[in-house]
Amino acid sequence: MDFTLRIVMTGAALLGLISGALGTLAVLRRQGLIGDAVAHAALPGIVLAFLLSGSKAPVVLQLGAAVSGTLALLWVQAILRTTRIRFDAALGMALAVFFGLGVVLLSAAQHTAGAAQAGLDRFLFGQAATLLREDLLVMAGAGLLAFALVLAFWKEIQLVLFDEAYAATLGLPVRRLQTLLIVLLVVAIVIGLQTVGVVLMSAVIVAPAAAARQWSSRYGRVLLLAGLFGLLSGALGAWISSLAPRLPTGPLIVLLLTALALLSVLVAPARGLLWQHIRRRQARETARQAVMAVLQELARHHPDAEHPHPTATIQAALGTDVPAEAILRDLERRGKVRHMPDQGWQLTERPPHTP
Amino acid sequence: MSPALEILLVAMLTAAACALPGAFLVLRRLSLVSDAISHAVLPGIVLGFFLTENLQHPLLLVLAGASGLLTVYLIELLEKTGRLREDTAIGLVFPALFSVGVLLIARFAGQVHLDTDAVLLGELAFVPFDRLIWRGIDLGPRALWTMAGLLLINALLIRLLYKELVLTTFDAATAAVLGFRPVLLHYLLMGLVAVTVVAAFHAVGAILVIALMIGPPAAALLLARRMPTYLLGSLLFGVLSAVPGYGMARLLDVSIAGSMATMVGVLFCLVWLLAPETGLLARWRRHRRQQRDFALDLLLFHLLHHEHRPEATAERHRATLPLHLNWTDEKFARILEEGQRRGWLRLEGRMVRLTEAGRRHAQKRMETLTPAPHTT
Repeated sequence: MDFTLRIVMTGAALLGLISGALGTLAVLRRQGLIGDAVAHAALPGIVLAFLLSGSKAPVVLQLGAAVSGTLALLWVQAILRTTRIRFDAALGMALAVFFGLGVVLLSAAQHTAGAAQAGLDRFLFGQAATLLREDLLVMAGAGLLAFALVLAFWKEIQLVLFDEAYAATLGLPVRRLQTLLIVLLVVAIVIGLQTVGVVLMSAVIVAPAAAARQWSSRYGRVLLLAGLFGLLSGALGAWISSLAPRLPTGPLIVLLLTALALLSVLVAPARGLLWQHIRRRQARETARQAVMAVLQELARHHPDAEHPHPTATIQAALGTDVPAEAILRDLERRGKVRHMPDQGWQLTERPPHTP
Repeated sequence: MSPALEILLVAMLTAAACALPGAFLVLRRLSLVSDAISHAVLPGIVLGFFLTENLQHPLLLVLAGASGLLTVYLIELLEKTGRLREDTAIGLVFPALFSVGVLLIARFAGQVHLDTDAVLLGELAFVPFDRLIWRGIDLGPRALWTMAGLLLINALLIRLLYKELVLTTFDAATAAVLGFRPVLLHYLLMGLVAVTVVAAFHAVGAILVIALMIGPPAAALLLARRMPTYLLGSLLFGVLSAVPGYGMARLLDVSIAGSMATMVGVLFCLVWLLAPETGLLARWRRHRRQQRDFALDLLLFHLLHHEHRPEATAERHRATLPLHLNWTDEKFARILEEGQRRGWLRLEGRMVRLTEAGRRHAQKRMETLTPAPHTT
């Protein structure tokens, strides 16, 4: 494996690990789209950082991105506190307005800085291939810091995540903890921008957490799993991207993550839709057997074994757990019972041991 | 018509056309669906471009609209599993579709003129170059006609379905009971949003579409109490942000779409600050006034309480009052002055005294503040 590929794969894996794990902070609060907003709102910060410093070093640009991303979220919070505008509208507006400002600054930079600004727009769509070793060190450093903060405030973060009101009654500084959550999220997003770009960043935040949530209901496990899913998808996406020309890394990572999330929704133990489907089929089979047993019993005890019994009688014998009507229709389709109009239901075959 | 006027007209028409469905999105808490749709139309556009090799072809609009509706459908499909929340579903679907679009472009359109920048950013400055020519007669920019048509369709549909849309927006359950079809109306509105996004993004770009759909209605929501005012306000704010937006873009020679989106934010902030009664400034001033009135009442009660009592001299002294009320001297001076200005207080030497008017006011306030005794 050549050096560049190793760098890119490590970078993508790191990004997946950090953004995936920290993304749980947004997703579990039902604010998954914060990632999208911060990613878009980072643009003016990136351009401004470049215009002010004249440098295109990722650290400088990421710092600018973090500042304007945080500002956008603080604006959203202020709107929510002082108006009756809802979260979705405030977030959408902040996203579009900040991005618009970024585009204005970008076009201004094109005039003033000329060719020097070339490459700034790689933050728009991301280019994993431009990752350098220094970038990895920055990523790893920021990631370590973020994880250290999460560990340090482990209990507090969980309380604010799942029961804000309770956290407040315990006397925790909820507002300050929320700001901490925002900062952690901004770190997670800013780290990924260079690799996957503004538009796709939201998937890197949302998808690992959505996938991990299906496998566990404990926050610690969800966080670890989300990090793991992000890491695997990042590395795998970067590797596939290297196999053929013109296969951009960002979209590949996102598609892998999406597939992982969908797969988890389908097959994760306990919550998986597939298991739910199988459980339902089994329950229906049990219900059919119960209805058949009732009908056979009725036939055995009635002087006329072919006497039809009304739905109400069968339902009474079954108890209320099983919907007799629906199951009887089901059995009718399978040819096991027959419906006699105005009289009720009758078995198509004479049960054994009937007089 | 000068090119500048043409651009401005297109911008204003786009703003108006976006504000109408946007107003309902904001009320239905679906604002971010506009974000999702505006990104997810990419694969439709790319597919249409591959089929027709022409960015102007109407098939592109149809396919883009279809991928917009597919987005809405997929989001709801995921949400209905009960395993993912709405925000998560949105955050999964549109990046995936956008990724498919980007991959398609990168794989197969390497040399062709089609890039993601154009979709995201749009360029209003090019509007005057693409003209509609009919039998040799120049009818103006094509975008002018598209946007006028779009505005007409949006206005007509919303006018026709006004009652239904309002009812399903505010009380979907009642609407369903009354025999309206909330789900059908939902998809109709989403279809309208998809068509609007697709028609508008070509001229102004996806991001400005989002700004124009959400920003002006959000600003109008700060002021309006009734649906018609809200809709009119959304229209007005949208159109209004177009003018300074374009002006700023001309002045600084920067992106028009970006500049207009910025102005949407500026306009919102102005309303947010200055709205009468609900604005930040008005709220701050009301808060200050209430604080002052309450402090003045407190001082009056204090004086009334100790009137004609043995301790009255000490309790009315200019020097002891701030201590007893636990106020700073400045605050006390301010409140005392306000009381004198209103003719409720009088300063006799170092003694603060209630006037007749002040006593009456204090007694009346006391009555309103004391709960009435229970009558059984």
